[in-house]
Amino acid sequence: MGPRLFGYRLTLGAWIGLVIVTVNLLGAALAPVIAPHGEADLVGDVWAPVSADAWLGLDNLGRDMFSRLLFGARTTIGLAFLITLLSFAIGILTGFAAAVVGGWLDMALSRFVDALMAIPQLIFALIILSVLGTSVPVLIGTIAVLDSTRVFRLCRAVGLNIAVLDFVEVARLRGESLWWVIRREVLPNALPPLITEFGLRFCFAFLFIASLSFLGLGIQPPYADWGSMVRDNAQAINFGGIGPLIPATAIAQLTIGVNLLVDWFLSLHSRDHKKGA
Amino acid sequence: MLKLVIRRLALGILTLWAVSILIFAGTEILPGDVASAILGQSRTPETVAALRQSLGLNRPAPVRYADWLYHFVQGDIGKSLANDRDIAPEIRERLGNTLFLAGVAACVAVPLSILLGLMAAIRQNSFFDRLVNALTLTSISVPEFFIGYILIIFFSVTFEWFPSLSMITDDMSLWDKLYAVALPATTLVLVVVAHMMRQTRAAVVNVLSSPFIEMAVLKGIPNWRIVLQHALPNALAPVISVIALNLAYLIVGVVVVEVVFVYPGMGQLMVDAVSKRDVPVVQTCGLIFASAYVGLNMLADLLGILSNPRLRYPK
Repeated sequence: MGPRLFGYRLTLGAWIGLVIVTVNLLGAALAPVIAPHGEADLVGDVWAPVSADAWLGLDNLGRDMFSRLLFGARTTIGLAFLITLLSFAIGILTGFAAAVVGGWLDMALSRFVDALMAIPQLIFALIILSVLGTSVPVLIGTIAVLDSTRVFRLCRAVGLNIAVLDFVEVARLRGESLWWVIRREVLPNALPPLITEFGLRFCFAFLFIASLSFLGLGIQPPYADWGSMVRDNAQAINFGGIGPLIPATAIAQLTIGVNLLVDWFLSLHSRDHKKGA
Repeated sequence: MLKLVIRRLALGILTLWAVSILIFAGTEILPGDVASAILGQSRTPETVAALRQSLGLNRPAPVRYADWLYHFVQGDIGKSLANDRDIAPEIRERLGNTLFLAGVAACVAVPLSILLGLMAAIRQNSFFDRLVNALTLTSISVPEFFIGYILIIFFSVTFEWFPSLSMITDDMSLWDKLYAVALPATTLVLVVVAHMMRQTRAAVVNVLSSPFIEMAVLKGIPNWRIVLQHALPNALAPVISVIALNLAYLIVGVVVVEVVFVYPGMGQLMVDAVSKRDVPVVQTCGLIFASAYVGLNMLADLLGILSNPRLRYPK
């Protein structure tokens, strides 16, 4: 009998994932308390090496890398979470509506999603950002809408199997509204695959923001975020520093952590659902 | 079979058309206005109106769409908003560079991932299999630029074997060019191989568990013949489509990798154009990237049809 989460035994991988995710969330939540310096404070020389005061050295403007990493966690993780929530809200509503209503609505939504998915997401995001500019609301909206196409596909596929079951038909015969049917009959029965997908989509949104910020098109200075920290410190590498690797490692470890948890959750439910695209 | 192929080709062309509409709509119908975006903070209603007139933005959207597409397919892409030069020559050069980088990466990645995938599938659950599995899982979860910078630190800063900036020009010899793109191509290979070999392994493992393989084992056929003659031909269809789909993945990876290594390719051009809000350049690059993506997806399906006898000779 080992320690358990949601009543299930934790594997080694799940343990590592859980620890990584917890540490990250704590770091983000307690950033103002833990961080020795402010987010945009200049505390010393450019690219000063590691010292007792600056645990990870200073960045390209002489700001404390460790403090910025903590504040960056807030921005990057927070935004990725918000984007994933939004894309799920859109994807679940449209996907289940397509499954329950069927007919022309399903047809129209599916064809529209097909067309959207025919363009690589990064490319489409770049096109939209070139017109709307790179502000935080635009970023959230763009990535959420592009990402909701995947959620739509999954929800529609799962929803189609549930929508033909007797209790859904009964609810419809009772004259329940579309919203009620989705919320009370379809959603609870589709939860396990959706939770797994949430983890995967979170990783995706997280990497997506990081990549966009790295390209200089994401979160704009002076706010710290892991992707733009990589970009800001890229030059350090030519002087023998490891500047960009620190935030890049931060990005990598969180993605691996979440993936490990998702893998564990997937193995628990592998018998009653198939992995969505 | 011909009917299937034609249907798939028609679907591909339809998709391309839909994509071109989406890209056009994305830049035209959204609330942002191109004219005020170009002028930025210093705009006045008069200058916006004048610019709209000179860009032809006052015509109805469908007319502008038809006009844009008509010129695009003829190779006349129009002028950059940033410096008012013709885009076509620069795009042509950049596209060549990007294709070179992606091509080098593909030439290494495809045979390598098939080989690794086959080996992992044969030695299923062995130490080698687990090692490869763990490594690929890691490389799938980390961003492209992480791999890129690690390579730079090792191979260009510590050992000084390869340049960290990949500059290539037309007058370089093929060997010099290959040397220049060594690191970016390796980054792309590492990213793509992970995906390709995982799926190759899955496809071969799937076939290896079927009854006719068991029969072959019982007959006493050596292992390598079972894999090469019995398993591989049957796993070919999924493997081919996996490869084509991952080549499509190269298209997105190339954008980030080009920026890491300051490579003069189309991804870099597109990113620069987005920050300058140079809409025509972004539109063009977007349409080229998207067409390549759609084309590779279509190729994956076509090869899938051709390599599957059941689809080749439908009942």
